[in-house]
Amino acid sequence: MNKMDTSFPTVINGPLHADRRHDSAHKHVAGSADYIDDMPEPSGMLHAAIGMTDRAHAIITSMDLSAVESAPGVVAVLTAKDFPVNDVSSAHKHDEPVLTDKLVEFHGQPAFVVIAETRAAARQAARRARIEYEDLPAILSVAEAKAAGGKFVTEPLTLKRGDADTALAQAPKRIKGQMEVGGQEHFYLEGHISIAIPGEDDEMTIWASTQHPSEIQHMVAHVLEVPSNAVTVFVRRMGGGFGGKETQGNQFAAIAAVAARKLKRAIKIRLDRDEDMTATGKRHDFVIDYDLGFDEDGRIHGVKAEFAARCGFSADLSGPVTDRALFHVDNAYFYPHVEVKSLPLKTNTVSNTAFRGFGGPQGCVGAERFMEEIAYALGKDPLDVRMANFYGEPGSDRVLTPYHQTVEDNIMPRLVAELAEKTDYRKRREEIIAFNKSSRVIRKGIALTPVKFGISFTMTAFNQAGALVHVYQDGSIHLNHGGTEMGQGLYTKVAQVIADCFQVDLDRVKITATTTGKVPNTSATAASSGTDLNGMAAYDAARQIKERLVAFAADKWKVPEADVEFLPNRVRVGTDIIPFPDFINQAYFARIQLSAAGFYKTPEIHWNRATGQGRPFYYFSYGASVSEVSVDTLTGEYIVNRADVLHDVGHSLNPAIDKGQVEGGFIQGMGWLTTEELWWDGKGRLRTHAPSTYKIPLASDKPEIFNVELAEWSVNKLPTIGRSKAVGEPPLVLPISVVEAISMAVASVADYRQCPRIDTPTTPERVLMAIERLKTA
Amino acid sequence: MSYSISLTVNGDQRRVELDDPRVTLLDLLRERLDLTGTKKGCDRGQCGACTVLVDGRRVNSCLSLAVTLDGADITTIEGLADGDTLHPVQAAFIEHDGFQCGYCTPGQIMSAVGLISEGHAGEDPERVREGMSGNLCRCAAYHGITEAVIDATRRMAETSERKSA
Repeated sequence: MNKMDTSFPTVINGPLHADRRHDSAHKHVAGSADYIDDMPEPSGMLHAAIGMTDRAHAIITSMDLSAVESAPGVVAVLTAKDFPVNDVSSAHKHDEPVLTDKLVEFHGQPAFVVIAETRAAARQAARRARIEYEDLPAILSVAEAKAAGGKFVTEPLTLKRGDADTALAQAPKRIKGQMEVGGQEHFYLEGHISIAIPGEDDEMTIWASTQHPSEIQHMVAHVLEVPSNAVTVFVRRMGGGFGGKETQGNQFAAIAAVAARKLKRAIKIRLDRDEDMTATGKRHDFVIDYDLGFDEDGRIHGVKAEFAARCGFSADLSGPVTDRALFHVDNAYFYPHVEVKSLPLKTNTVSNTAFRGFGGPQGCVGAERFMEEIAYALGKDPLDVRMANFYGEPGSDRVLTPYHQTVEDNIMPRLVAELAEKTDYRKRREEIIAFNKSSRVIRKGIALTPVKFGISFTMTAFNQAGALVHVYQDGSIHLNHGGTEMGQGLYTKVAQVIADCFQVDLDRVKITATTTGKVPNTSATAASSGTDLNGMAAYDAARQIKERLVAFAADKWKVPEADVEFLPNRVRVGTDIIPFPDFINQAYFARIQLSAAGFYKTPEIHWNRATGQGRPFYYFSYGASVSEVSVDTLTGEYIVNRADVLHDVGHSLNPAIDKGQVEGGFIQGMGWLTTEELWWDGKGRLRTHAPSTYKIPLASDKPEIFNVELAEWSVNKLPTIGRSKAVGEPPLVLPISVVEAISMAVASVADYRQCPRIDTPTTPERVLMAIERLKTA
Repeated sequence: MSYSISLTVNGDQRRVELDDPRVTLLDLLRERLDLTGTKKGCDRGQCGACTVLVDGRRVNSCLSLAVTLDGADITTIEGLADGDTLHPVQAAFIEHDGFQCGYCTPGQIMSAVGLISEGHAGEDPERVREGMSGNLCRCAAYHGITEAVIDATRRMAETSERKSA
């Protein structure tokens, strides 16, 4: 028995709420972190490439693949006929074939697959196909879809509270307007990739770059017509996901699996970058029509709005994405009377999908446009209009959302007041107005915008998670859970939870690849929920093992259970101190089960889509930012001089990682709102299918001064893991302040009398057009 | 037809037979020399994930044909550390949280090593950001990347001063 307590640290290495570097940090900088294309290839592996159609809407009249088949290195060519179950519809609407052999619904839709000895051979052969078409009229945009009668890919939603029509009619002031909010390409640096390895009997092992291994498992089982238990999916890490790997990998895993079954060889499919950008879905772009009623103080009386989305050819996740847009049409504001509806429109474009924020950011952009409109109409500082419309403190009569959930954790007034003071917002705004008076070409703008973001999957059933924890005889710990790692630091945070539970150093916890074989029936790592759900599931697993250990120790040492305590790297039993490995070893010999499956489901949430009422979100995350920009009024070009962020992550589990998420989210959101423009030509061809034409933020686009702080005083009021809050998506909404700062600089050319109404992305071209429009107005 | 070249990769002499003159340096490294630390992001010279040093200069390996590199000295991310001791740029990327998903990181680091040796940027943040703007980071860890490059520049300058003192 070791009683020399002094040899132990007073705190473990890697506790909760401490900065800890990413678990793969060393491997990342050494180039030894394996992504799927870096793994050693199984012997005899073949490569797949997709053959794409080149019409937006057409019937295939003939498909001559003889030249493809005879190309060097080609082993097989697969078409729809090779897929007895030709369906990878995530929405279970049977509207997404793996391969099409008749109806082409978007430019680039895959029609066949080439299997060859090398990737290059497969790709080169795919170009040799001769496909003939009979063209059909193509609907490419929201406007065209509406004009054609507006076919939906899924059921629309209406949220309604109070009587918006009457409120609008009686309001002292009223504004109607329209705004276009652009989409966004994910551009995960690692594109889609899957490897399928056939096993005994009906077994199939899949390695896929996916945020949703369980769905890959179900889809592969579905297309192979085998039970789910025959398919095992693995993913250790992704080179970025951002929502683009929630459902969009299904098709490629299905292709690899069916080819692997047919040829009895391992198959790898990795898309080329422009194929990836052409054939996989993006963030939904919206056209928002709004009608606002308000008073002289800037307070909203009533809001009516319609959120029309370009969903592409299939449902995919468009239902929940457009729902979430409506759930955020209030952002941080109370609307006494409100009626908003979604129009999930079918178009002959690639099927849009999840992207960080999942429709929420588009809803918030709408809300902030409402505030901006009111501010310009009244000649007020937009911040005053915002503050006048914030949700009230708990208990006030201004706490009910359009979906009838009460906002119980509102910290927005404090957060915004702190940020405004810390950044000297009021003074800087005065100085900028003075500067603009005397500056002929360069005009400046400043804006403060908030974000309130609802946390939970709006599909209540998805809010569950599992984890598997083993403690081995030497005291080392194996951790597995349903969440996937895409750079967000989830694995590190959950490992911190386990280290903290057992009070052992972080390096004693081995983080293992996510797999459907260890934790089943998982949800996508999405909706910012990864840590909330998987952290709690892991905590539950550790709790079970600890309870058994405590009971064992109390029994063996004859002490009350309260006298068993997990201290850093040791256990105190009464007055005895036992190193953790020794303690575990003794528990093993006493036949204590040292493994547990943990489970968690988010409490209290419920949602009735038919009535538009419920509590879809467990809690809200809050944040705000102030951005300052300079605009060249002769060219429309601009730079972001400074951005300041104050963001709420509750009691952070790992402030370094959370800060990284906030910084990255801000810049990625800034890209979405300013430079990233998706462009389809008149034939429905995406012409921005590589970074040469699609402008993602660079190091040089980072704001010159960029201060990001976490609201350290914030603690989640609800019992989440360590009282933390989700961090993945909300920061993407922060850079709306950049858009509005640009808007202010533009408005200065007409003495701020008119809201510039710049659509996003606010490309220099659009900024210049707005300047010209205002000058001549 | 086959093409034979010899090059130095991370200090090792390698003799390579190419069956196709179109093989890029990136594919040579990843598929034939098992050096998968260098990543393929866009395969068209627009993202920088494949950056390596050729004779000390940073290049997009996806745009360099291997046959043109006979006699060249190539350094990849695998060749940067000195045994277990990380290169100062690698260490700085960890310290300043210069990545999230890690996929662009080998390219960022090789680009940073090239930038520092070019000596144009020094410790000026704006020049560093400009000099690193050929390397996309979709997670947008640019704040950490910039800090890491500046810190490594400083540390490497101090080390060389000490050596020359």
